[in-house]
Amino acid sequence: MKRKEGVIKDLKVKLLSYKKSPVSFILFLLVTVPACITFFILLFIIGYILINGIPHITIGLFEWKYTSSNVSLMPALVNTILMVFLSLVLSVPVGVFTAIYLVEYTKSDNKLVSIIRITAETLSGIPSIVYGLFGFLLFVTALRWGISLISGAFTVSIMVLPLIMRTTEEALKAVPDSYREVSFGLGAGKLRTVFHIVLPAAFPGILSGIILAIGRIVGETAALIYTAGTVAEIPSGKDFLFDSTRTLSLHMYALSSEGLYTNQAYATAVVLLVIVLFINWLSGVLAKRIMKGNQA
Amino acid sequence: MIKIAIEKLNLLYGSFQALHDISMNIHANKITAFIGPSGCGKSTLLKTLNRMNDLIAGCNITGKVLLDGEDIYGNIDVNLLRKRVGMVFQKPNPFPMSIYDNIAYGPRTHGIKSKAKLDEIVENSLRKAAVWEEVKERLKKNALGLSGGQQQRICIARALAVNPEVLLMDEPTSALDPVSTSKIEDLITELKNNYTIIIVTHNMQQAVRISDKTAFFLLGHLVEYDDTEKIFSMPEDKRTEDYITGRFG
Repeated sequence: MKRKEGVIKDLKVKLLSYKKSPVSFILFLLVTVPACITFFILLFIIGYILINGIPHITIGLFEWKYTSSNVSLMPALVNTILMVFLSLVLSVPVGVFTAIYLVEYTKSDNKLVSIIRITAETLSGIPSIVYGLFGFLLFVTALRWGISLISGAFTVSIMVLPLIMRTTEEALKAVPDSYREVSFGLGAGKLRTVFHIVLPAAFPGILSGIILAIGRIVGETAALIYTAGTVAEIPSGKDFLFDSTRTLSLHMYALSSEGLYTNQAYATAVVLLVIVLFINWLSGVLAKRIMKGNQA
Repeated sequence: MIKIAIEKLNLLYGSFQALHDISMNIHANKITAFIGPSGCGKSTLLKTLNRMNDLIAGCNITGKVLLDGEDIYGNIDVNLLRKRVGMVFQKPNPFPMSIYDNIAYGPRTHGIKSKAKLDEIVENSLRKAAVWEEVKERLKKNALGLSGGQQQRICIARALAVNPEVLLMDEPTSALDPVSTSKIEDLITELKNNYTIIIVTHNMQQAVRISDKTAFFLLGHLVEYDDTEKIFSMPEDKRTEDYITGRFG
């Protein structure tokens, strides 16, 4: 309690000190008020979802099979994990290797490099529904993969490719040139330098890009509606890649657009929120652990 | 015995000529110091000796550098050249990995895989670099946790681990405190029995203390090159005298 009083006293002294300089006070308000607004918006959204969602979380929501009576989110949860995994398998190698090429193997004034960069930037600015349409036309129709897990995975992996590429590029650029010089100076070739020195040093940065990508995949709906579909079942059998699926975000979209299961949609939102927080936490822990191995 | 012979070396960065017609012989098992004001080309010349300047775009070289009579700008394996001619940089720059892995990186690069052999190389290199006693208990710890002076000796050990014949040192003590500097100077004097050492330095006392031969550079020209004692007691060129007595630089 004493500490609280102290804080209030400090604040009072601070506010009084602004009496003489009203301009400073306005600036003080200009920076603190928006900060508070941001914080309270987040708090409000999370609180609203929790209050509306938690009472409707039932055991039925986590049953393996979706029926219209239990409205289970389990298949969607499993599908989300499948979708994230498949998309990363497709996009991470391409994105990371492109970035390695751009940073390590080309000179900075290269025409091709600037074209690739502009392309990537443009790609990251395209609305996701356009990716959805493209995926529908190419993967679903032209390649005859149908509305399926694999069509969806290809579509979102193209969508997150620029993100992974750019973050990897920045991470590689942040690796001091002196590491490269020393490695070359010891008689190591380019390949060994890149894979044994530069990539490990850039790993935390690359990881943070991948985590951002996971966030985008988990939250994606528009690009998946026409490519992965909305069947609420876990794909199975040997052709499981070509089964239609529904990720958690799509599941929520379907529930709320049907208008019959609004409460369950809120409950699903709580689960989605928990997953996102978990991913954020996990990434922090992973990054810390890797940095520990690298530095202290 | 002549280890490196430089013949009529010219170097251009784009249209800027950084080195003019340098010719000199570097003797084996001696310490040769390159001195001169900033921008005189001494570090640039050092980098031509193991082709580190290959990494710089727009760098053009004419003339010859002969290592044991073989032109290093001819048809040779650059990686093998850099194994023979090692380098220590101005700032201590260990890799962000364990002390052991730092030292073992070079030997592993050149194909040594046996654990026993690597252990032996790591210990020998650290001993040669006079840092073994200080780090033997913490070989698996990250090298960035060491002090600046220890880090620089780790870097010297790392360079020694690939068993080079020549060691190029680019102002190896300029980022260190006096105590670490004197340790590294002792170490360099020790090392000359087995290696040919070329050191770039801004510190003229350092050149006097440790080097056998001194070369004075000015604006990309080799002004004077002779025994260190001679350069610092009775230089032939007026410009050398002005520089070492501190009239400019």
